[in-house]
Amino acid sequence: MKTLVYIDHFKGAVQPSSWEALGVAKKFGAAIAVAFGENASEIAKSAFEHGADEIYIADDAALKDYLPEQYASTLSALATTLNPSLILFPTTARTRELAAMCAVDLNSNVMTDLTGLEANGDSFTATRPIYESKLFEEINGTGKPVIATLRGRAFPKPNAEAGKTGTMHKVALAGEVKSTVEGYSASESAVNLADAGVIVSGGRGVSNNPALTPPAGLDEKGAELWRAQQGFALVTELAKVLGGAIGASRAAVDSGYIPYSHQVGQTGKVVAPDLYIANGISGAIQHLVGVRNAKIIVAINKDADAPIFKVARYGVVGDLFQILPALTAAFKKKLGK
Amino acid sequence: MKIIACIKQVPDSEAKIKAENGQISWGDAPLVINPFDEYAVEGALQQKEATNGTVTALCIGPETAKEALKHALAMGADAAILVSDPALNDLDTLGAAKILAAAIQKIGAEMVVFGRQTLDNGAGVTSAQTARLLGYPMLGLAGSIKVNEGSVTVERVLEEGKQIVNAKLPAVISVVQSIGEPRYPSFMGIRKASKAEIPVWSLGDLGISAPEQTIKRTALATPPARETAAEIITGETPEEIAEKLADKIIAEKVL
Ligand SMILES: Cc1cc2nc3c(=O)[nH]c(=O)nc-3n(C[C@H](O)[C@H](O)[C@H](O)COP(=O)(O)OP(=O)(O)OC[C@H]3O[C@@H](n4cnc5c(N)ncnc54)[C@H](O)[C@@H]3O)c2cc1C
Ligand SMILES: Nc1ncnc2c1ncn2[C@@H]1O[C@H](COP(=O)(O)O)[C@@H](O)[C@H]1O
Repeated sequence: MKTLVYIDHFKGAVQPSSWEALGVAKKFGAAIAVAFGENASEIAKSAFEHGADEIYIADDAALKDYLPEQYASTLSALATTLNPSLILFPTTARTRELAAMCAVDLNSNVMTDLTGLEANGDSFTATRPIYESKLFEEINGTGKPVIATLRGRAFPKPNAEAGKTGTMHKVALAGEVKSTVEGYSASESAVNLADAGVIVSGGRGVSNNPALTPPAGLDEKGAELWRAQQGFALVTELAKVLGGAIGASRAAVDSGYIPYSHQVGQTGKVVAPDLYIANGISGAIQHLVGVRNAKIIVAINKDADAPIFKVARYGVVGDLFQILPALTAAFKKKLGK
Repeated sequence: MKIIACIKQVPDSEAKIKAENGQISWGDAPLVINPFDEYAVEGALQQKEATNGTVTALCIGPETAKEALKHALAMGADAAILVSDPALNDLDTLGAAKILAAAIQKIGAEMVVFGRQTLDNGAGVTSAQTARLLGYPMLGLAGSIKVNEGSVTVERVLEEGKQIVNAKLPAVISVVQSIGEPRYPSFMGIRKASKAEIPVWSLGDLGISAPEQTIKRTALATPPARETAAEIITGETPEEIAEKLADKIIAEKVL
């Protein structure tokens, strides 16, 4: 059986869950990687090391920016030629669009955000969360090809085999240009919550340290933001020591403490880290639906009755401004950093 | 400018969702407009104001979904249309996209606004599928929208940062929270909505047959419940608490 695996990347930085998708493809048979973009050829080496048997590359200056219509047309054309049984994507904002469009082009459909996938004769049986992970459904995809996006960290990451190579093919860009990228502003910190093994998060509580005196001349909102910066600095310190990403509650985002891209929860990101440390987050249901798949949740909160303690494995009832620096120091010492 | 906002009705987020005899139940929890689609209505209304246009809310669902459409009307939408047909009970995303595309063509619009994803199915693909079927550009995850003489510029909110993308109208746009808090229905709006007659279109009215289903649900499972009480780490000083907590976490082998 033949599977196409779309390697998602942003300006050359590959989404690690792309390798997980390659691992799943290998389980079923031949894995053919596909990567588009300026300098996509540089991705080939890693793709081979992670198990790709072949790779199709569209490496073209015109593909500098991700353009959904052209990427989708190029991928659909390739699928029509190669006739795979399955097309796999890691789940990202980009791939939801691409998979959706290819499903239309190929007259199939797409199963998104899978946490399980098994071959079943001519069809595939998949598992995916629904209703904000309150339930899981098992679905049977019978399209030709079956198209699926895989949830990050739900499948094992194949070990890279240094020096492994394969055949590289070039493909031409297809499809019509429907939009143009006019600009791009990088966020202050790249946020890759979906792939993070550790996430340290902050909520409204990160601004609540009356002991801190903000610089003179700030109005009330300015002082609150200044306090929040001090709080998020502590969150960031711990995240650094643990090699983790920084998350936030919606209250923190709405109050302007940190950009929206950090938000975890119903209207933010659904994450699945091994360790999630919630600081000054009460644990509203809309936040919790985003962390249901975390292996271990740790909560630091002043309020012993905060609902976050109902889902946490470990909790500290206390002031995050005291606990966080001590915890960072303890990890530094114990992890030898 | 003519604008369409696509909205779905879903069980409220607070609902206790259960699998019972292979069926999904949410007890007596209320059905509401998909929270992500409230942002779609908000985004559409902003453009209505900016361009002196009109907003039509469009929904596929059972008769009860009229309530979600009334919410959109109360927020300020000018019209609402429900597509309802017994043959549409088991729609998958591509099926929904085919119906939406047919209805959008029948209504006619320069801009079609979607939510990021549904709360129940959570696929986040129906917008791009609809765009592809219509041949319109797809501008996904917009945090702001600006129309300028037949073209539209959006700021896409991506993991890696913000991307400014421009396309010709008509276009499909999906919006995220940064578009702005959905406005509360006004008193006048609620009165108007409660009296509104919402047209119901069948597949016959759209001139299409029921889409073939290529994804079928075969089973439902409830995830294992999380433990209900945290182990609370205590100590005399923050340092002592931190030491203990760090040891516990290290022993879990998650680092
Ligand atoms: C449709 C909808 C969608 C939503 N989507 C999301 C979402 O995606 N993500 C999300 O997070 N929320 C979401 N919400 C909002 C959610 O309901 C809560 O309002 C939000 O999660 C609260 O954030 P918080 O826990 O930071 O703030 P709060 O609830 O205000 O909690 C702050 C906590 O900090 C603690 N605290 C204060 N000071 C300290 C201190 N010094 N040390 C330690 N602890 C301290 C307090 O005890 C309190 O528990 C959504 C709401 C709606 C209606
Ligand atoms: N039944 C429906 N009626 C109207 N719009 C819908 C329907 N289902 C999905 N949509 C739209 O498509 C978006 C994405 O849905 P989904 O792909 O299911 O996550 C939603 O936020 C809505 O804007």
